[in-house]
Amino acid sequence: MIRETVIKVENLNLYYGKKQALNNISIEMYKHNVTAFIGPSGCGKSTFLRVLNRMNDLIDGVKVDGKVIIENNDIYSPDIDVVELRKKVGMIFQKSNPFPKSIYENVAYGPRIMGIKDKNKLDEIVESKLKQAAIWDEVKDDLQKSGLSLSGGQQQRLCIARTLATEPEVILMDEPASALDPISTAKIEELIHELKREYSIIIVTHNMQQAARVSDFTAFFYLGTLIEYDKTKKIFTNPTVKQTEDYVTGRFG
Amino acid sequence: MKQKTKWLGYLLFGVTGLCTLLIVAALIYMLAEITVRGGHFFTWEFLTANPEQGMTAGGIFPAIVGTVLLVLLMSIVGVPIGTITAIYMVEYAKNDFIFMKLVRFAVNTLAGVPSIVFGLFGLGFFIQFIGSGIDKVVSTDGHLVWGQPNILWASLTMALLTVPVVIVTVEETLRAIPNEYRAASLALGATKWQTIRKIILPNAVPGILTGTILAIGRGAGEVAPILFTGVAYFLPHLPSKLSDQFMNLGYHVYILSTQSTDVEATKGLQYATVLVLLMVTFSLNFIAVIVRYFMRKKAIQ
Repeated sequence: MIRETVIKVENLNLYYGKKQALNNISIEMYKHNVTAFIGPSGCGKSTFLRVLNRMNDLIDGVKVDGKVIIENNDIYSPDIDVVELRKKVGMIFQKSNPFPKSIYENVAYGPRIMGIKDKNKLDEIVESKLKQAAIWDEVKDDLQKSGLSLSGGQQQRLCIARTLATEPEVILMDEPASALDPISTAKIEELIHELKREYSIIIVTHNMQQAARVSDFTAFFYLGTLIEYDKTKKIFTNPTVKQTEDYVTGRFG
Repeated sequence: MKQKTKWLGYLLFGVTGLCTLLIVAALIYMLAEITVRGGHFFTWEFLTANPEQGMTAGGIFPAIVGTVLLVLLMSIVGVPIGTITAIYMVEYAKNDFIFMKLVRFAVNTLAGVPSIVFGLFGLGFFIQFIGSGIDKVVSTDGHLVWGQPNILWASLTMALLTVPVVIVTVEETLRAIPNEYRAASLALGATKWQTIRKIILPNAVPGILTGTILAIGRGAGEVAPILFTGVAYFLPHLPSKLSDQFMNLGYHVYILSTQSTDVEATKGLQYATVLVLLMVTFSLNFIAVIVRYFMRKKAIQ
């Protein structure tokens, strides 16, 4: 099987002020696959995820060197448009964060800022994205209800629908189910499985079973370094590096 | 020893209670005095007629109109400036930036400057510098239009006085908006400006309204800033353009009690005017509470 690369990272270093948080990371992630980042707290996996859509730009004092290539463009080169990048690389946050607007307006937000004004078009996008995020049946009767009135799991799926509405290539998920109950978590995982047919997904997770269940590839981070990156099956059954084995078997972490 | 501690406790309770009572009593006494002595002058005619017979009779209609116009113009200028400043401080400026410390210092200082100083500043800056400057350019015959006190300069001076109130209120509101909203919007490919316009500002509306009404409440009662910049002793007509002078409730009380030909005869009118001034201020504060309540309720839903 020939895999198509979606994101290629070369020799990436990241500093918070003088403190180095990511050390010389090189990795290639593939289209229509789910890549999971695992590792103990503070290992840099969330920081690295935020490198990929430049959300770290919002934090003062962050400096990045190295290359992150998405569709033949280095996203850290000075002529890149960050706004365009973030449309292409969407993000789901740990804490679901729907806007204090109606369900409809939450999903329509992205298309609206891209300049779509036609009501029929927007209706169509809202419906299809809510369906794709597997929440349509639960909310279709009252799309004008506030997004904040939904349950935690529904809010997170609404956020996924909102991200899908900008037609991203890649979806970054930062521990998307860590605040959810097991049933909501299962729904999110099932959804991830569905979504990878059309999108490339990169997910940070604390939960190793989750990584094993949803991902095709797994990257193990420790102290800001990428220790091992391989097919998920290999990482969990026959890792090459001792540290990885210790972590996935629960000997430390 | 134990007995002594016990008595000290009673004493402290007594003293603190008495002080509190004193404050409440003072307010009640003030309101009662004003209502009793001004109440029967408070008629429909009083609200709608011009002053007559050297201010000893008639109403205060021009002063009510002047006060309302003043605070309206003040808000139109002051609220956008205050809001935009607050947006800059919260959304754009970096916190450790030394410039921000200067801005904060300036806002705090501005809030603490005595109001008469604003009046003098208005006279010196708006009237003598800007107004006279405009006159020199526009009319060559030395005729004064903008280089004298008027409602525009008074409103601008008042806006300067109340802008810190708006800045502080809006800033607090903006800081209370969760960062997750900003992150979510930016992650969807919105620009900073789109995020401010579509997410931040709609959530800040209650705060902006509260700031506006607090500013109006402050502005409605101030006399010192308009003393040199636009208020008039008596005008036979209402202000019709920005270069007109105007009458004002607070100033009118001062006039009645010190400048009238027959101060004794104006006493009832003074109390009634104060009553109107208090009612205007109280009702504005009341609106603030109501608006905030409904906006919050809406935000929670």
